[in-house]
Amino acid sequence: MQIKSLKGLMIPLLSVIAGFLVGAIVMLIFGYDPLQNYINLFIGSLGDIYSIGETLRNMTPLILTALGFAVASKAGFFNIGGPGQYLFGWFGGISFALAFPHLPGLILIIGSLLCGAILGGIWSMIAGVLRAYFGTSEVITTIMLNYISLYFINYAIRSWLAKKGNDSSPNIVAKASLNTPFLKSITNNSTFNWGFFIALVVVVLVWLYFNKTNSGFEIKAVGINETASRYAGVNVKQTIIVAMLISGLLAGLGGAIDGLGNFQNISVSNNLPDVGFNGMAVALLASENPFGIIFAALLFSALQIGGLSISVYSNTPSEIVDIVIASIIFFVGIKYLFEWLLAKKRHHAQTKLSEGGR
Amino acid sequence: MAENYVVEMQHITKQFGNYKANNDISLQLKKGEILALLGENGAGKSTLMRMLSGLLEPTSGQILIDGQPAHLNDPRDAKKLGIGMVHQHFMLIPAFSVLENIILGDEPTKGIKINFQKAAKDIQQLAAKYHLKIDLKAKVRDITVGMQQRVEIMKALYRQAHIFIFDEPTAALTPQEIKQLIKILRALANEGNSVIFITHKLKEIKEVADRCVVIRNGKVIDAVKVSETPEAALAEMMVGRKVNLGIIKQETDQSQKILKVENLTVENHGRLKVRNFNLTVHSGEIVGVAGVDGNGQSELIAALTGLIKSKSGIIKLLNQPLQNLSARQISQAGVGCIPEDRQNVGLILPLTIAENLVLKDYYHQPASRHGWLNYAAINQHGRQLIKDFDIRSQSEKEKAADLSGGNQQKVIVAREIAAQPKLLIAANPTRGVDIGAIEYIHEKIMAQRNAGRGVLLVSFELDEILKLSDRIVVMHEGQIVGELDPKTTTSEELGLMMAGKKPVMQKG
Repeated sequence: MQIKSLKGLMIPLLSVIAGFLVGAIVMLIFGYDPLQNYINLFIGSLGDIYSIGETLRNMTPLILTALGFAVASKAGFFNIGGPGQYLFGWFGGISFALAFPHLPGLILIIGSLLCGAILGGIWSMIAGVLRAYFGTSEVITTIMLNYISLYFINYAIRSWLAKKGNDSSPNIVAKASLNTPFLKSITNNSTFNWGFFIALVVVVLVWLYFNKTNSGFEIKAVGINETASRYAGVNVKQTIIVAMLISGLLAGLGGAIDGLGNFQNISVSNNLPDVGFNGMAVALLASENPFGIIFAALLFSALQIGGLSISVYSNTPSEIVDIVIASIIFFVGIKYLFEWLLAKKRHHAQTKLSEGGR
Repeated sequence: MAENYVVEMQHITKQFGNYKANNDISLQLKKGEILALLGENGAGKSTLMRMLSGLLEPTSGQILIDGQPAHLNDPRDAKKLGIGMVHQHFMLIPAFSVLENIILGDEPTKGIKINFQKAAKDIQQLAAKYHLKIDLKAKVRDITVGMQQRVEIMKALYRQAHIFIFDEPTAALTPQEIKQLIKILRALANEGNSVIFITHKLKEIKEVADRCVVIRNGKVIDAVKVSETPEAALAEMMVGRKVNLGIIKQETDQSQKILKVENLTVENHGRLKVRNFNLTVHSGEIVGVAGVDGNGQSELIAALTGLIKSKSGIIKLLNQPLQNLSARQISQAGVGCIPEDRQNVGLILPLTIAENLVLKDYYHQPASRHGWLNYAAINQHGRQLIKDFDIRSQSEKEKAADLSGGNQQKVIVAREIAAQPKLLIAANPTRGVDIGAIEYIHEKIMAQRNAGRGVLLVSFELDEILKLSDRIVVMHEGQIVGELDPKTTTSEELGLMMAGKKPVMQKG
């Protein structure tokens, strides 16, 4: 057991190190100082209480979109619909908060978060239903649903939420915000908000779901072997739909938390939100382990937040951070290379041992 | 030491971690000899042969081919030295023709084009020499298993092999095809080739092999002349204790109709696979369904267990209609099933043994309450069944993937029998498991019969059908073409009927 979990840690760690090395090489080639930049990166993300607050806030939706991706992935599905589900969650959360501003604060927040999560879940479930009943590839449908959600929500903001001619909804009332004065005061006015703690609780819930519930067991079983699950009497269609529903609920919750905690409103956008796609990378780096996702999200978030300060303190373009992130994803993708290298090393050690013994 | 050995393996040891799969094995193969390699699953036969064919490297020891030390680090090295392996699972490309499959990787070229004519001519010469009937133009997906095997043999011949390794070659063949294979093996040997034949079937060894090397727990137990050694002695050497090959059937009360199938018709992907099928299984009875693979057996089982919907007809379990209920409802009604494919259907390999043992019961008490799994109960149940069914494992939390084939099958048997089904369907329950496990599984199936339950045994192993069944029905193209009494029929009669020939009327 110990050896196995150690090995599980080795590969993401090696990927991260390799990613940083590639970033350093690129910086050297273009004449920038990698060490200084990495120090700036670190200071910019975790150097003071404000940066820490920003990094934690930024990782909150990442945790949730990553969890969403991981749930679908456990059931054997590649849910690329994170961005669309996140958008629907954001839209749902803000809409609810705007529609019922007179509700008491706690109920307003819970209602908004639920509304966002459910919208995200239903949106994702469409792909699940199509997959379960018509065998449609969820990769295609979720990509398409992403675009539909982007343009539908842009339309909805302009025609329902925003004042005429505006591209943004009004801000939600202060009592609906997750970014409370208390948290602001202890983090030097950062956007750190209660959503972070909600995300941590959800991590535990997802872990419990997979390891302790019938439904989680069914999703795991179907994901590993659909035929055997059907033989064992599992309702595979229903399981697929449930998996996609939960996946979307989580991404939607991520969107709602970001809306209530970070943005306070919702604006028309030209692109699908990155956080939906980055969630996939976070989940992959964490090998879809819920607790691993916390650390992978922290890393990605720190890179993003710290990256902003790279170009502030030096003339290095902050895009260098994207190269590091992309390299890490790349190395996670080719983790088989590392597995092979590790196996080879072990083999070497073993031959040496047996030769020495003779 | 004589110099005319074609293959000589000297003191071969292969270690995986601390586990010695092969422990100081020595073996010689003479020119023109058929050598049987006998051993249970997991005894180390395959490991040994994988080293000979270059797929594995020995930890220590050396291999001589034609008297020369050989370094077999790659299958290509083995190929160059004339070693050809016919795997248990054929390595053919279904969409390619037989000819294309044979020359794949060694295509004769004319300029930049493949010279198919030359290849076809060469192959036909070889085919005539060795009585290998193959249709070069047919697509591999359209030909029978027996023909596919001949294609594999031809692949080796085409590459000028003179040492042939056959890994469990008879596992998927009908009796007639086995006879043909034996003829081919003899022809190979007569032409001066040498053959190593991996098996755990004693009858075939007696029929075809000159010598037999018995391996148990990675060690050579003995090398014997087949003509001088009785079957029972071989079995004992292989297992390490006396083996009971026969079974005594006790009288049972067969008055109750457990399963009744009437006019069942099942389609699979638009093709009619089971037509107007009628069958009754009584209490305390084992009904054997014999037939060549692909004659509707899989679809019959799938319809009986709720995995596919039947098109028409009635299935009744003790008067309760079952047709088109869900798999779970049918299992709850009291139908257990040992599926044909244990690794892909019967088990979810990455899950633990305990989880696999509750695969059909995880959703209700005691394994689960209000949607929450009770792992204490699940693991307790796992430990109990591991003990009751003698599943060899380190703990109930071990992954099913880490068990040997025989023990994986025991997990399935344990799960299905522990549920106390009224009807037990067993599809090839002992395929590819070792003799010890076969004996055990047969006993358990027999115990179900003796306890007054109904058993439907679908198997491609005629010996198994003949040994266990109270009645045998033969399935051909989705229908029952005959019913036989196992006490009076022979495997020849069964084989003919399986091939679709009408039974010859007895005179008088």
